[in-house]
Amino acid sequence: MSKVIAGVACSHVPAIAAAIDLGKTEEDYWKPLFAGFERSKKWIKEAKPDLIIEVYNDHGSALSLQYIPTFGLGVAKEFKIADEGWGPRPVPSVKGDPDFAWYLAESLILDEFDMTIINDMDVDHGLTTPLSLMFGNVKAWPCPIIPLCVNVVTYPPPTGKRCFALGRAIRKAVKEYKKRDLRVMVFGTGGMSHQIHGERCGLINREWDTRFLDRLSRSPQSLVKIPHIEYVRETGAEGIEMVMWLIMRGALNDKVKEKYRFYHVPASNTAVGHIILENN
Amino acid sequence: MKTMKKNIYRATSEEYADIPGTYLFDKNACAKGYNLNMFCMSMMKEANRKEYLADRSAYLDKWDLTPEQKKAVLDLNWLGLIQNGGNIYYVSKLGATHGYSFEAMAASMTGNTRESYRSMMLSGGRPIEGNRSRKEQQKKTRTKGAKSR
Repeated sequence: MSKVIAGVACSHVPAIAAAIDLGKTEEDYWKPLFAGFERSKKWIKEAKPDLIIEVYNDHGSALSLQYIPTFGLGVAKEFKIADEGWGPRPVPSVKGDPDFAWYLAESLILDEFDMTIINDMDVDHGLTTPLSLMFGNVKAWPCPIIPLCVNVVTYPPPTGKRCFALGRAIRKAVKEYKKRDLRVMVFGTGGMSHQIHGERCGLINREWDTRFLDRLSRSPQSLVKIPHIEYVRETGAEGIEMVMWLIMRGALNDKVKEKYRFYHVPASNTAVGHIILENN
Repeated sequence: MKTMKKNIYRATSEEYADIPGTYLFDKNACAKGYNLNMFCMSMMKEANRKEYLADRSAYLDKWDLTPEQKKAVLDLNWLGLIQNGGNIYYVSKLGATHGYSFEAMAASMTGNTRESYRSMMLSGGRPIEGNRSRKEQQKKTRTKGAKSR
């Protein structure tokens, strides 16, 4: 029987990826941030997931304004690294797991989540930055990764309630996957408070973010009612990415063990938030 | 008579517009900025970057932009691009083509130098207090004005 063993939430700031790729991790500006992920790297090495479902958003790299799927699921064997305007990141391409991904797509759609099925897609910093933070510099990512993309760019993004419910449907699908005994992790990426456009750029709301982390850990149901406008007003326009964390949280049990938490300001324009939650 | 329950997620354009210095990428922006954002996205291909950089104006003329949008591109006016329907994630491809990071574009949009913007971020970022609402900001300026009188 397969099961979700843990959830990880993690910001996906592109400047973090650039700092890794350009060898700047030891610089004063970046050092404290990377130090904050040392424990996480050790943890995931020991926890050894067989497969990761990574919830992220494409930033106009593979998807565009031409088609805007609210939820998309990557079923390909391999996902290449996107060129976002400065050449593709020098990291390994992402290997999927078509058998499991197709199973998951079927299960979610029959559970009334109308996923867009994606056969061919390059993945951008939204997906690869958290992988770099969790696994460091590797020749190949240690397990298959299923990209689950969410529209958080064009309004309206899905509601927190819908995201949490999608997480629940993922949990059920994983549990019912009998072909292999997979130990699955779900990553929720993006956030925390940040605004990267307009005159209000640079907004950070540490108090709100901290409360969000507390509730994510202990009382996640209370988060699903937060309307989009509260994210925008309180955490900066791009803070809306945090609805994706609720998919991760929905895939976990009600009661989880908070293994680790890290919060750091700034990475470029962003408050970096990170939390590891284990199912008991 | 039963009244319809209000959808708690719904907010009006006016409510969003009350948030200072923020341009929601909604139906209006998406429609207005479609060509502009698709032009920006074309900057993901090396061949297009070369062609654009060789003759920017000629390349832009292929994308059916408004005169304001074209001018904002030529001026590398990041805030202007956002105000004309650009979405920051698409605009960032143009930024990258010209060597601007998200941080550098943000500094420019807020009228800061890169150094002063970075030092604001290093000291914890722009505070939320006083930056939630235009109405709140106006009220404050009025009371301040009254007090000083």
